[in-house]
Amino acid sequence: MYVSPIREPLVTGNKTYKKITDEISAPIEGKPGKAWYAGITLTVSALLLGLAMMGYTIWNGIGTWGLNKTIGWGWGITNFVWWVGIGHAGTFISAILLLFRQKWRTSINRSAEAMTLFAVMCAGLFPLIHMGRPLLGFFVFPYPNTRGLWVNFNSPLLWDVFAISTYFTVSLLFWYVGLIPDIGTIRDRIKSKFKKWIYGLLSFGWTGSAKHWQRHESISLILAGLAAPLVLSVHSIVSTDFATSVIPGWHTTIFPPYFVAGAIFSGFAMVLTLLIITRKVLNLENYITVGHVESMNKIIIATGSIVGIAYITELFIAWYSGVEYEQYAFLNRATGPYWWAYWIMMTCNVISPQLLWFKKLRRNLVFTFILSIFINIGMWFERFVIIVTSLHRDYLPSSWSMYEPTIVEVGIFIGTLGLFFTCFLLFIRVFPVIAIAEVKSVLKSSGDQKDKPETKEKH
Amino acid sequence: MEEKYTLKRKTQYGILSIVGVGILLLILGYFIESPNRQELWANVLINNLYFLFIALFGGVFLALHKISYAGWYTALKRIPEALTKFLPISAALMFLIYFGMHDLYHWSHEGLHDPILEGKAAYLNIPFFFARMALYFLGWIGLTYLLRKNTLDQDINPDLKYHKRGKILAALFMVFFAISSSTMSWDWIMSIDAHWFSTLFGWFIFIGMFVCGIATIILLIAFLKSQGYLEYINKEHIHDMGKYLFAFSIFWMYLWFSQYLLIWYSHIPEETAYFAPRLNDHKFLFFTVLIINFLFPFLALMTRDSKRNIKWLSFVAVIVLIGHWLNIYMLVIPGTIGKTAQIGLIEIGFIALYLGGFLYVVFSSLSKTPLLVKNDPLLEESFHYET
Repeated sequence: MYVSPIREPLVTGNKTYKKITDEISAPIEGKPGKAWYAGITLTVSALLLGLAMMGYTIWNGIGTWGLNKTIGWGWGITNFVWWVGIGHAGTFISAILLLFRQKWRTSINRSAEAMTLFAVMCAGLFPLIHMGRPLLGFFVFPYPNTRGLWVNFNSPLLWDVFAISTYFTVSLLFWYVGLIPDIGTIRDRIKSKFKKWIYGLLSFGWTGSAKHWQRHESISLILAGLAAPLVLSVHSIVSTDFATSVIPGWHTTIFPPYFVAGAIFSGFAMVLTLLIITRKVLNLENYITVGHVESMNKIIIATGSIVGIAYITELFIAWYSGVEYEQYAFLNRATGPYWWAYWIMMTCNVISPQLLWFKKLRRNLVFTFILSIFINIGMWFERFVIIVTSLHRDYLPSSWSMYEPTIVEVGIFIGTLGLFFTCFLLFIRVFPVIAIAEVKSVLKSSGDQKDKPETKEKH
Repeated sequence: MEEKYTLKRKTQYGILSIVGVGILLLILGYFIESPNRQELWANVLINNLYFLFIALFGGVFLALHKISYAGWYTALKRIPEALTKFLPISAALMFLIYFGMHDLYHWSHEGLHDPILEGKAAYLNIPFFFARMALYFLGWIGLTYLLRKNTLDQDINPDLKYHKRGKILAALFMVFFAISSSTMSWDWIMSIDAHWFSTLFGWFIFIGMFVCGIATIILLIAFLKSQGYLEYINKEHIHDMGKYLFAFSIFWMYLWFSQYLLIWYSHIPEETAYFAPRLNDHKFLFFTVLIINFLFPFLALMTRDSKRNIKWLSFVAVIVLIGHWLNIYMLVIPGTIGKTAQIGLIEIGFIALYLGGFLYVVFSSLSKTPLLVKNDPLLEESFHYET
C-alpha cells in the first residue's frame, strides 16, 4: 500500500521484525526493576486502603458516607461515571479508529483496551457498594423466579446493567482475541517450563497457520463491528441515568452524545498519562512516538472542544428556555457554593486543552503529561458538578443542603485508583503492552526504513 | 493526468427541463391549490435550508478530511468544492426570508405580550437575527472560497506551503462551523416553535446535513462516472462513501432517538408540546421519515456488496435525500402551516426549481476547473487506494 512521504513514520529506529519481537517481549522476559516494585507497593497499599473502606461501608452501611436526604448521589456515582468514561478510549481506538483506518492505533490499542477493562471493573464496584449490601446485586439480573420478582425495565439504572455488562464482555473478548497471536509468540520464546505451559493454555493452541490467521481476522472484524456501537451506547445509557429525570441541570437532551464525547476525551487523557510513562520506562519510544502522542492530542482537542460547545449550549439554552429552575441551576453552578468545582471543570476541560492548537505543545511530552492530569481532574469535576450541584438545591428551598465526602468515600476512590494501577502494572509484566503482530503489519508501509525524501514534513 | 468536465448540451437541457417543470408546477399549483403567503414562505425556507445544508457540507467534507490527514478523498476533492459554490446563492435566498418573517417566525410579531418570548427577545429579534445570518454566511463563504482557492493555487505550484495553509484554513472552518451550525439551526429552525428548546437540536441538524451531503456526493460521483470521468475513483472509494452513508444514517437515528427518548421519558409539557402535533397531525410522515432515513439505508447497505455497487448505492442515496427533505419539512411545517399542510404541486414545484438551479451552479462550477487536483502531497495515496 502506497504511503505518502509526508507522513511521519509510525515505527522509528530502523526496526526489523525480530527486533520488534525482542523489544516488546523484553518486559515479560526480564526481571522487573526497582521502579516497578516501588509502583506496585504504592498501588497495592492504595488498594488495601480502599478494600478496608469498602468493608467498613458494607459493615456499617451507607450512613458512613456524606450523603443526605437531598443529595443521594455523591462521590460514588461521580466515580462510577468517571471510570466508565475512562474506559472509552480503548474501545474508541480499537473499533472506531480501526474503521477509519488509522494505522497509528496499532501501537496503543493493546494498552488502551486493557485500561478499558480495568476502568470498567473499577466503575462496576461503585453501584455494587452503593447498594449497601452487595449481595443485592444479584437482583439486578432479570430472571424468572418463583417469588414473582422482576426488575424495573423502565429504569435507566437497569439499562446500565445491560449496557455495561455487554460492554465489558465485548471489550474483554476483543482484547483477548487480539492477544492470542502475541501469547503464542511469548509461549514460544519463554524459557521457564511452567510459564510455557501457562502461555500454551492461554494461546489456545495458536500456531500462526494461515487458517488460524483467517479465523482470527474474521472474529476480530465481527467484534470490531459489535464494539463500534458500544462506544456510543454505554455512555449514552449512563447519561440517561440523569437525563431522563426532571432535575434541572440533569434533564437536557444533549446529554447522550455529549457524555460520549466527554468519555473519549477523558479516556485519551488517561491513555496519555499512562503511556507517556510506560513508553519511557519500558523503552518503547520507537513504537509510541511523539507522533502518536500528537495524534492523541488532536483527538483530545477535538473531543474537548465538543465538550466545550456542549457546556456553552447547555448554558445558553438554560437562559433561552425561559425556565427559571433551569436558569437557576446553571447560575448556581457557576456562582453558588460549589463555584470552585465548576471553574475547575471549565478551566481543565475547556480552556486548557485549547493550548493544543499549538503544534509545539502537542509534541511536548512534559506539557502533554501535565495537561492529561488536568483533564483527568477536570472530567472528574464535571461529573461532580453535574451530580452534586444539580441535586443540592432542587425545587424546595427547605430541603437545600450541602454535601461533603467523608474519609470513607475518599478512601474507596483511592482504592479504585489502586486497583486500576495495580492491574496495569501486572498487565505490563505478563502480556505484551504493544500488539506485536499488529505493529509488524504496518512496519513495511509506515516504518522509517523506507525511503524518505527531503520534503518530509513533520505534522 | 488532466481531466476536464464539459457541461454537455444534453445535461444543460436536462437541468433546464427540471427548472421548466418546476415553474410549470408552481403556476399550476398557484391556480389549483391557491396557496397562502405562509405556505409559500414555508416552502422557500425548507428548500433554502435543504440546499444550503448540501452546499455547506461541501466545506465540512473538505475541512474534516484535511485536518484528519485523510489521503483517500483527495482525488474527488473537486466535487465538494463545487458544492460550496452554491453558498452565495443560498445567502441571497436566505436574506429573502426578511420579507416572510411574520409568516414563518411567530416571535417576530410585535406586541405579543408573551412572557416567555419576552425573555428570549435579547436573542430572538429581527436585527440580531439578520446580523447573525450575515455573519454565518460571511464565515462560510469566505472560508470555503479560501479553501477552494488554495487547492487551485496548489494546482499551479507544487510548493508544500499550500498543503499547510489548507490545514489551517480547514481548522478555522471547522471551528467556525462547529459553533455556527448549532446557532444557525436554533435561529432558523428551532425558533419556529419559539417556546420549545432542546440542547441536542443543533447536532441533530448537523448529522442530517452530513447524510444529505454524502448522498449528494455519491450521486455526483455516479453521474460523472457514467459520463466517463473519474476513472481513478475505484470501488474502494465508492465503498467508503457507502460506509459513510450507512454509518451516519445510524448516527442520525441515534441522535433523533436520544432527543425523543429523553423528552418522552421526562414528559414535561413544555417539551412534549413539540412532538405532540408532529405525532398527532402528521403521523404518517413522522414515521415515514424514520423508516426512510434509518431503517431503509440500514437494511439496504448492510452487506459489503451493496456498498460497492454504485447503482444500488445511488438508488439508496436518492431515497435518503428524499427522506431528509421530508425531515426538514417536518421540522418546519407544524410550527408554520400546521395541520392543513399537504405535499402537493407547490411543494414539488419548489423542489424542482431549486434543484435545477442547484445543479446548474454545481455542474458549471465543475466544468470551470480540472476535475482532478494536482500537487496535493496525499494525492498519490488516493490513486493507490486499497483496503
